[in-house]
Amino acid sequence: MSAAPSSLMGQHQAPKRAPMTAAIAKPLRVGFVHLVLGGYTLLVLCPILLVIVNSFKSRKAIFDDPLALPTAASFSIVGYAKVLGNATVGGMFLNSAIVTGISMVLILLFGAMAAWALTEYRFRGNRLLALFLAFGIMVPIRLGSVSILQTMVALNLVNTLTALVLVYVAQGLPLAVMILSEFILQVPSELKDAARCDGIGEFEIFFRVVLPLLRPAVATVAVFTMVPIWNDLWFPLILAPGESTQTITLGVQQFIGQFATDWNAVLAALSLAVLPVLLLYGLMSRQLIRGITAGAVK
Amino acid sequence: MTRVTLANVSKTYGATTVLQGVNLQIDSGEFVVLVGPSGCGKTTLLRMMCGLEEITGGELRIGEEVVNHLPPAQRGIAMVFQSYALYPHMNVFDNMAFGLKLHGADKAERQRRIEKAARALHIEHLMERKPRELSGGQRQRVAIGRAIVREPRLFLFDEPLSNLDASLRVKTRVELARLHRDLGATMVYVTHDQVEAMTLGDKIVVMHEGCVQQAGAPLDLYQQPANRFVASFIGSPQINLLPAKITATSPVVQLELPFGQPARATVEATTKLLEGQAVEIGVRPEHLRLAAAGEPPPAEGIRLDAEVVLVEQLGESHLVHLRAYDHHELVVRGNAHTRLRAGDRVVAWAPAEALHVFITDGRACRRLFPEGVADTPQ
Repeated sequence: MSAAPSSLMGQHQAPKRAPMTAAIAKPLRVGFVHLVLGGYTLLVLCPILLVIVNSFKSRKAIFDDPLALPTAASFSIVGYAKVLGNATVGGMFLNSAIVTGISMVLILLFGAMAAWALTEYRFRGNRLLALFLAFGIMVPIRLGSVSILQTMVALNLVNTLTALVLVYVAQGLPLAVMILSEFILQVPSELKDAARCDGIGEFEIFFRVVLPLLRPAVATVAVFTMVPIWNDLWFPLILAPGESTQTITLGVQQFIGQFATDWNAVLAALSLAVLPVLLLYGLMSRQLIRGITAGAVK
Repeated sequence: MTRVTLANVSKTYGATTVLQGVNLQIDSGEFVVLVGPSGCGKTTLLRMMCGLEEITGGELRIGEEVVNHLPPAQRGIAMVFQSYALYPHMNVFDNMAFGLKLHGADKAERQRRIEKAARALHIEHLMERKPRELSGGQRQRVAIGRAIVREPRLFLFDEPLSNLDASLRVKTRVELARLHRDLGATMVYVTHDQVEAMTLGDKIVVMHEGCVQQAGAPLDLYQQPANRFVASFIGSPQINLLPAKITATSPVVQLELPFGQPARATVEATTKLLEGQAVEIGVRPEHLRLAAAGEPPPAEGIRLDAEVVLVEQLGESHLVHLRAYDHHELVVRGNAHTRLRAGDRVVAWAPAEALHVFITDGRACRRLFPEGVADTPQ
């Protein structure tokens, strides 16, 4: 569509309709996107807000008007008092924290080391191992719950936090290795060559050169692994239902059983349970967004 | 100061041979440039000298020591990479200190070495900055500084100037030459740019498809190329090549061009030259002169009628692109500017001393007057 012919033919063509100029189209498009995203955010936040709002109301007020904000009359922290006063709740939080924390550290450490080995070194079985790990993402670990329980019984690990940590590490490793592999591939190979020329051993290269460059990826993996572990009900129920080893998610369920009508306590406990995840996300969000946009998760 | 010897070095990846029969002697304090087109194996050779690639066959000696199986850190080498490879999360000082710490140098010694290198490279004011806060040229100097503080026996450079813009490249080239003079160190430098090779190297090694084509002083390679490839690779614009046939081999080599024009070349008539043999004549753009059509040229080496196709005025010189018989394209280089224009008919000629002759397998006949002028015989 060169300029010359159309100028020659200009008089013979019908006047073109002016297209919607970019100046008008762009704000409309941006506004629409914001509307959709904002609406969805609201939709997702609503239940959480409802829980938190109602946890600050007296029991009667919750049933009177569940959707109302706490007023001076209906505001009450009796739920929190009951939850925080309950000695076992503290223990449950601790269990959750231990299991999640240790699992996360192990997943990140071994995941990063495995990803480094798979991407950096050529050895027989490299592809097979990678495939094996990819398989781990595709197959849900819960399918093997019966075998896992049998194994834990045989190892005498039922009702221990160790059982949970082992299962969660197995669950989280494949995805961690995949995501971290993608990022490690982006570390320029000349950097590793320079480190080798500097006389730095392979382990040192990994810890002091490669790992610091993986911060966005590590944050991504941390968030992706932490949330399912913290919120998990399945494995604590099957492997560690005992009183001393209950996680907070499991514990809150017991609350619903024990205090069948004490919604205050339940909602307060739930609000408290959500807190650590929100905190972690708040700390890692910048790195997480950078990680996702850099193609960590396709 | 160390000499480096490569004896019959080769490299294969499975069934593919990437380098074969590389024999090279690098003297102490020499600046050797490995040059060649992409894929010729020069970077592989450099990496093998560094220790980042395994040496499949042959022997590499640094000093008197055979280093085939030593890891990079124990060879006493330092390498400057094309992309500088600075550790992004450390500042300049730490980048330069990182390798030193592991070699046991104590803190005071490290400080001294780093400051000395920083002064030599004019980067003292950048010590606290991270690599992302530096310009390309500054990063490059930090990379060189990192190599200098190691006080290695051998410096290796992998196309260090290719990421810089043209003017910075010229400046840095001069600085590298100065650095070599000041340090007196043995340096091996890889580039695909033949101008860098000609200006920086004490010795140039031209490589092609995994083999060393020729190794020698820059001017030797220019005036006495061993084969057609070296003649075409070294020299910009490229040497003009014309097919021809030998008509006589004594007293001088006489040839005939495809349309019957005669030519004479003062090259050594080796036993390989036979009458009737098909060869190639090479003449460099600056040895060709132009005379007006119809004028008899002063000397008889080669004489071609041609038409000007394009004139490129570069300011300090000009390039005239000609079309001769059979649409054969020639390039002629002259000084300052010219009044010639596209369409002018001219006679392109060169003296017999200026010609190169290449036989069928590409090998060159030795030129009797390498400088291209009759009054300086070799």
